[in-house]
Amino acid sequence: MTATRKLELVCPAGALPSLKAAVDNGADWVYFGLRDDTNARNFAGLNFDSRSAREGIRYAHDRDVKTVLAINTFPQAGAWERWERAIDAAADLGVDAVILADPGLMRYAARKYPDLGLQLSVQGSATNHEAINLYRDHFGVRRAVLPRVLSIRQVEQVIRNTDVEIEVFGFGSLCVMVEGRCALSSFATGQSPNTFGACSPASAVRWEPRGDRMDVRLNGILIDRYAADENAGYPTLCKGRFDVGGETYYAIEEPSSLNALELLPQLAAMGVAAIKIEGRQRSPAYVADVTRIWRAAIDECSANAPRFSARPQWKAGLTRLTEGQQVTLGAYNRKWK
Amino acid sequence: MKLSLGPVLYYWTREALLGFYANLPHSRLATIYLGEVVCGRRNAMRPADWLGLARDLAKTGVEVVLSTQVLIESDLDLRAVRQIAENGEFLVEANDMGAVRMLAGRTRFVAGPHLNVYNPTTLAWLAELGACRWVMPVELGRDALALLQRDRPAAVQTEVFAYGRLPLAFSARCFTARHYNLSKDDCQYRCLDHPDGLPLATREGQPFLALNGLQTQSAQVYDLSGALAQMRELGVDVVRLSAQSAQMNGIIEAYHRALEGELSGPELEAVLASHRPADYCDGYWYGKPGIEHLAASH
Repeated sequence: MTATRKLELVCPAGALPSLKAAVDNGADWVYFGLRDDTNARNFAGLNFDSRSAREGIRYAHDRDVKTVLAINTFPQAGAWERWERAIDAAADLGVDAVILADPGLMRYAARKYPDLGLQLSVQGSATNHEAINLYRDHFGVRRAVLPRVLSIRQVEQVIRNTDVEIEVFGFGSLCVMVEGRCALSSFATGQSPNTFGACSPASAVRWEPRGDRMDVRLNGILIDRYAADENAGYPTLCKGRFDVGGETYYAIEEPSSLNALELLPQLAAMGVAAIKIEGRQRSPAYVADVTRIWRAAIDECSANAPRFSARPQWKAGLTRLTEGQQVTLGAYNRKWK
Repeated sequence: MKLSLGPVLYYWTREALLGFYANLPHSRLATIYLGEVVCGRRNAMRPADWLGLARDLAKTGVEVVLSTQVLIESDLDLRAVRQIAENGEFLVEANDMGAVRMLAGRTRFVAGPHLNVYNPTTLAWLAELGACRWVMPVELGRDALALLQRDRPAAVQTEVFAYGRLPLAFSARCFTARHYNLSKDDCQYRCLDHPDGLPLATREGQPFLALNGLQTQSAQVYDLSGALAQMRELGVDVVRLSAQSAQMNGIIEAYHRALEGELSGPELEAVLASHRPADYCDGYWYGKPGIEHLAASH
């Protein structure tokens, strides 16, 4: 709760090379998942088996970087043991914390491994201090990640009313919906973040070249249609163009990325404990670049917050990483809503 | 199995809302959930108005439950939740863990459909905190429900969202205001113009979603009338119907007659089809994409 505490930088690792890139470029924490539906980036070819996890944790710990295992989907009835095993694996691997969304799983972790740090995932949909304090009171949660729906003043209100550390997203893909409260993907494809650990899963995507245009479908549903001079993007369901009232537009959200770099001094002053970088599905080069820029920015901000301003080369570097997408402050800026 | 009427998810004028509740076939409903669960800006009904309505409805013999807002953003939102949690008169449906904290250990409550109960361990935890009923997340189906029912704590009732446009997602952004190029803080209450949501279709005209302020719904009407026998077999206690602006009484009557065994099969479907504002879907129940409709093949 003190404004002087050092902001920590929490970086994504979809695989070992990304983990090393995050560690080498200044992450305070790296987060990663196991190779199944116990984490919310359940993509083919991504994530860690126990051997790579062990190597990654050793690499991080040797360099004083902390590790957190994301087990942040909801254990499905009938498959509970898989999630229990993931908790057991976390304790066995010696990670510093696990990040969870499901209260039942938190209870298991808190009872069986009282020394394992518990963090509340963004998938837990806790947007207010009462919800966060419920997880603290019952399971000893020490840190909570806020859904990307609060304005900066609302983030401050949460921090004022809890002693749980608050982590917020700083950069990366932007969920428009409250995390953990979105079933759009299962409505279209049968698989959602809550049930399967994936949104708009690649297995449901179909690219259909039609002369000089490109149709992009998700389980047969047309998410967008691109003209020859447009860049066709991945059909994340909420970022397509649809018809509403006779108008065709990005009815839910443009394909944009969150970048809260310019808010760093405010976030630090209000007592945010950590900044999270999204992107376990991104490349090691991406992780290296984004980590390096945010490390430099956080260091400069903590050295001299009043005079901090986001350097043009940082902004340019981060914009390059968004692959030409728009950059937004998202809900931190009230007008976005 | 009994019927419940979920909270009205849309923003209607005060007159329309009070008229809707006054004209319901009250004797057909065991439970009515009341309250604004989508957007704190919708203020046609003040807290005292909701309480007054609750008292009027309770006089008809129906169980009244006050539902809390799903997405809590501000201290103002939290105060509204607290006011409901501490009403001292009516049962409360908690739609956020913040509401659960206010209710836990003090009074029994309904664990709403947005609390993300996906497994028996979480259900058991909520039961210990005082949940006397839980509403299954809409994206779960009969197979998951069977497993959850097997380990269901004693004295906890199970409710299934069985009819209405599916509440699929919530955002801090208002998509209705966005459609009109308005900011949320100056939304001019445009959702009043869309008493069943604003339809969204794909660029080739397939009905897909409906925008209801901060909430995104299915364009299709979820309808599990074809699965009532399965629900009964699984020990479901309460079948939830979600309101639409017109012909809701016809839907309630059809479901009532179906539960009484007076109406079934193609006859039931024909009656419901004449009252539904859009095509139906039921995929979630059968473990498929929610948008699909499969009842005929089961």
